[in-house]
Amino acid sequence: MTTSDWPLWEVFVRSRRGLSHTHAGSLHAPDAELALRNARDLYTRRGEGVSIWVVPSAAVTASSPDEKDPFFEPAADKPYRHPTFYEIPEGVKHL
Amino acid sequence: MATAAQRITRTPAGDGPADKTAAAAAYEAAFDAAVAADERIEPRDWMPDAYRATLVRQIAQHAHSEIIGMQPEANWITRAPSLRRKAILMAKVQDEAGHGLYLYSAAETLGTSRDELLDKLHSGRQKYSSIFNYPTLTWADVGAIGWLVDGAAITNQVPLCRCSYGPYARAMVRICKEESFHQRQGYELLLALSRGTPEQHEMAQDAVNRWWWPSLMMFGPPDDESQHSAQSMTWKIKRHSNDELRQRFVDICVPQAETLGLTLPDPDLRWNQEREHHDFGEIDWSEFREVLKGNGPCNEQRITQRRRAHDEGAWVREAAAAYAEKHAAKGKEAAA
Amino acid sequence: MTETTRTPQATVAAKAPRTRESVHHAAALALGDDALVLSHRLGEWAGHAPVLEEDVALANIALDLLGQARVLLSMAGDEDELAYLREERAFRNLQLVEQPNGDFAHTIARQLYFSTYQRLLYAHLATGDGEFAGLAAKAVKEVSYHQDHAEQWTLRLGDGTDVSHERMRRACQALWRFTGEMFQPVEGLDFDGEELRAAWLESVSAVLRRATLDVPEGPQSGGWSAGAGRQGLHTESFGRMLAEMQHLHRSHPGASW
Repeated sequence: MTTSDWPLWEVFVRSRRGLSHTHAGSLHAPDAELALRNARDLYTRRGEGVSIWVVPSAAVTASSPDEKDPFFEPAADKPYRHPTFYEIPEGVKHL
Repeated sequence: MATAAQRITRTPAGDGPADKTAAAAAYEAAFDAAVAADERIEPRDWMPDAYRATLVRQIAQHAHSEIIGMQPEANWITRAPSLRRKAILMAKVQDEAGHGLYLYSAAETLGTSRDELLDKLHSGRQKYSSIFNYPTLTWADVGAIGWLVDGAAITNQVPLCRCSYGPYARAMVRICKEESFHQRQGYELLLALSRGTPEQHEMAQDAVNRWWWPSLMMFGPPDDESQHSAQSMTWKIKRHSNDELRQRFVDICVPQAETLGLTLPDPDLRWNQEREHHDFGEIDWSEFREVLKGNGPCNEQRITQRRRAHDEGAWVREAAAAYAEKHAAKGKEAAA
Repeated sequence: MTETTRTPQATVAAKAPRTRESVHHAAALALGDDALVLSHRLGEWAGHAPVLEEDVALANIALDLLGQARVLLSMAGDEDELAYLREERAFRNLQLVEQPNGDFAHTIARQLYFSTYQRLLYAHLATGDGEFAGLAAKAVKEVSYHQDHAEQWTLRLGDGTDVSHERMRRACQALWRFTGEMFQPVEGLDFDGEELRAAWLESVSAVLRRATLDVPEGPQSGGWSAGAGRQGLHTESFGRMLAEMQHLHRSHPGASW
């Protein structure tokens, strides 16, 4: 890294209380403190957020698209994890 | 350092040469199928090299345009004639810096760093939209840029929100949402001038006279001369042809100009009942090519200012990097 | 001073006996002009910042200040008449805020000095029941962020490289003599100048020390240099700034924009 080449950070914004942080984009900053401030200025200029996370992009470990099948397909054939799998007689409430 | 963006480049792997070809074909088929099904391509997906290169070129040019595009408008921030207009203009120029950043960030997911892209801009190896090589001579130019230049940009950009590359499409959604005020403020500014004093009206008409034709050129060369169009359409990076978007823009502007009480500087402009579109005059493509080659009124000035800001800021960026390094080291010592 | 004042409101205020209204007017002008002039200076950075993220950050601060200026000037009269039609001598801003941007270190030093003052003053005004309490309560949140921005950068420039340290040192020193004016009394504002000076000095000194910078020595004001902006006496570059800011508006008398 050249001295002027600031690392990349991923930005996550909680748009309002009750919601989880969502990936908003990335930016460059020399350190975490400025990354947070830059994120505030860049991604919440119009009041889009109540809380921000910044994570060094280099620290993100991602699943690879090749692993899509072993990672995510087993979940697709377990319909019993979803409430719609179960038939309940009509008129039963609060289920 | 390895960033997420740099770690994404994946090549089909296999044991022997035969496997490689087979695997490559399988990857390509999967990519084609995803594009055909209107699914989004995401950073870690396999993609043809040419697709990646086209995207980097287009997103970079788009980002550079936002950044260079700050200059002609920033030229009037210190002279804005009312505090309300000053606030609007400052917010708009700030948005452009922000939009440049969103786009550089999208380009970085393709494995190209922002420093690399800026370097290509500064050395003239990557382009930005030629429209920003025209000067802003009066206050009315700020209005004409908002109405015509941003209007043309929006016509181009709205379909990009459905572009096949996910990060670019998402950046465009954010940008289009934020830009909705840019065009309206320009129109409102021109309306105030057009309905103002005779001098103000004349200022507005003069600006429209100068910006109309360059705005039409923003859609790029005619379809039969456009180098990259066909492939970009197949890849769904692009959804409409240059001429199609240009026609759409002209049709939108004509009634808007009437309400403004301003004339579009084209004697051949008229409604064609048969086509149900407006006919318009011949565009001077020699001017377009000249500006593209670097011979526009402000090419030199724009790139010089950009380079100067970057060079003069080097010591600041270095200072912050040095500080971060020092304090990261201190943090480790403390933890040890 | 009235000869050089074209604005009807300003003229009336200058001639009128010191009623509560004219006091209010003078204070609104002082605070409003500070915000207006500094916002204008920060606006000059657009497209010139050392890194794009700072283009966005400086514009945010400039927009906050412009918003404050518009509220304050509107308390004193018509915002555009006051901004565009007053002569230099009728402006009541501190000389500090009109100082040219210089390099990024100068801009940050100016931000550090001013935002620390503004945060302390507004926090104080917000607790009172004067006519500025409402505005101050809202603005103090914005200004705290400005101060934080200035402090973060003071640390990085002061404790960054040798080059940045030297630039920051020079900037802090050069602007020091414009800081004394901030603690002079302002008609219509209720604050204790010496208390404010002590709090300001404590806050600024702490940041400078963390940034490995010395607190500048020398007077915080001089015979001519400072203490005069609030009375309408400004520095050379201010006239040029106003000429640029007011030119278009004045070229079209009576026009609306």
